[in-house]
Amino acid sequence: MTTLRHQQEKLGLDTFLRGLWEENPVFVMLLGMCPVLAVTNSTMNAIAMGLATTFVLVASSGLISLLRNLIPKQVRIASYIVIIATFVTVVDYAIQAISLDLYNALGAFIQLIVANCVILGRAEAYASKQRLHTTLVNSLGMGAGFTVALLALGTVREVLGNGTLLGFQVMPANFEPWVVMILPPGGFFVLGSWLLLFAYIRQRQDQRVLEKGGVSDAR
Amino acid sequence: MQGESLGFIFLNAAVVNNFVLALFLGICPFLGVSAKKETAWNMGLATLFVMLVSSVSAYGINWLLTELDLMFLRLICYIAVIASAVQLVEMFIKKFSPSLFRSLGIFLPLITTNCAILGLALFQTAKEYDFLQSVVYALGAGVGFTLALLLMSGLREKLELAEVPAVSQGAAMSLMLAGLLSLAFMGFAGLGGSHG
Repeated sequence: MTTLRHQQEKLGLDTFLRGLWEENPVFVMLLGMCPVLAVTNSTMNAIAMGLATTFVLVASSGLISLLRNLIPKQVRIASYIVIIATFVTVVDYAIQAISLDLYNALGAFIQLIVANCVILGRAEAYASKQRLHTTLVNSLGMGAGFTVALLALGTVREVLGNGTLLGFQVMPANFEPWVVMILPPGGFFVLGSWLLLFAYIRQRQDQRVLEKGGVSDAR
Repeated sequence: MQGESLGFIFLNAAVVNNFVLALFLGICPFLGVSAKKETAWNMGLATLFVMLVSSVSAYGINWLLTELDLMFLRLICYIAVIASAVQLVEMFIKKFSPSLFRSLGIFLPLITTNCAILGLALFQTAKEYDFLQSVVYALGAGVGFTLALLLMSGLREKLELAEVPAVSQGAAMSLMLAGLLSLAFMGFAGLGGSHG
């Protein structure tokens, strides 16, 4: 059995932070794009979707991590999906009970959390190999990264497309809303712009590292 | 919605409320396998087939679960059926065209987590379509998905030849393209019914 054991990661701050920036599920790994684009036409929807996804992510990763030695390898994907679907059903009924307006606004996308590849990806790549506490922290970080990404899109789209933030007017009264931002194409444009910005920052960082390296070599 | 004609349902699913460009379902394969026209075409057909199978099964399951009063199991049953349908397609393609199997790669099993298919099953339940309407809806959705994938792959093949700034290469550029394509598809909005 020892050969099958995977390297257990040590719990550290990095376990949590990795999901926020270095391996951000949306901006870096480009996973789970559908809800990111579909429900971010207002900030409130983005927050709700982020929290719901985080809950499902943490709960299902935790359970999968606990059961990792019991689930046979051949049927693991099917088992993961059933576990995830169970938690999504819980969230679905919970949101319906808490706020019907929110439930109607998010529509089928709450149930579609099942098909969010971030969650299945975490289950396969991390939770099935690591111990419970590191899994919980890691998936919490991933969930936070996902929520931040949703917020990044949601705020920009709501401010530009509607002139409001969380329902409050933030733009001056004579501001003409860019309606396209809350329509489907706006989602693509805003996400594209964020990716462009991050690619630019990363390029700058790489250049700086390269320049530093060059200087130290010369010395 | 018993009154909707089949032609309307088809058009609505294929262009007006295109699954990819208007409803944002199935973005992962849309960005992942749209680099070449041929792969895009095959992926579209595989997805279309899975959509048809899962739509028919979802109709049956929904009827059964309603009879038994077990609605809370719907989501779990749907996803299980879709996973088996994908497995079926996977075995079929592996047997008949190993080269296609290799070119689709990881995206073939990932059809399971293609939200377009689960979305289709959920929408047809929400809209209370009857059997024939469900099948036409699935057909329309599949055609729409294939259409979006094909258009995107055509654009990306052209993009290969264009010189864009290095920083915008890859995902950012593809998303901008998708945005423009989506903008074009909004022109169909006048043709059909409401959102969804």
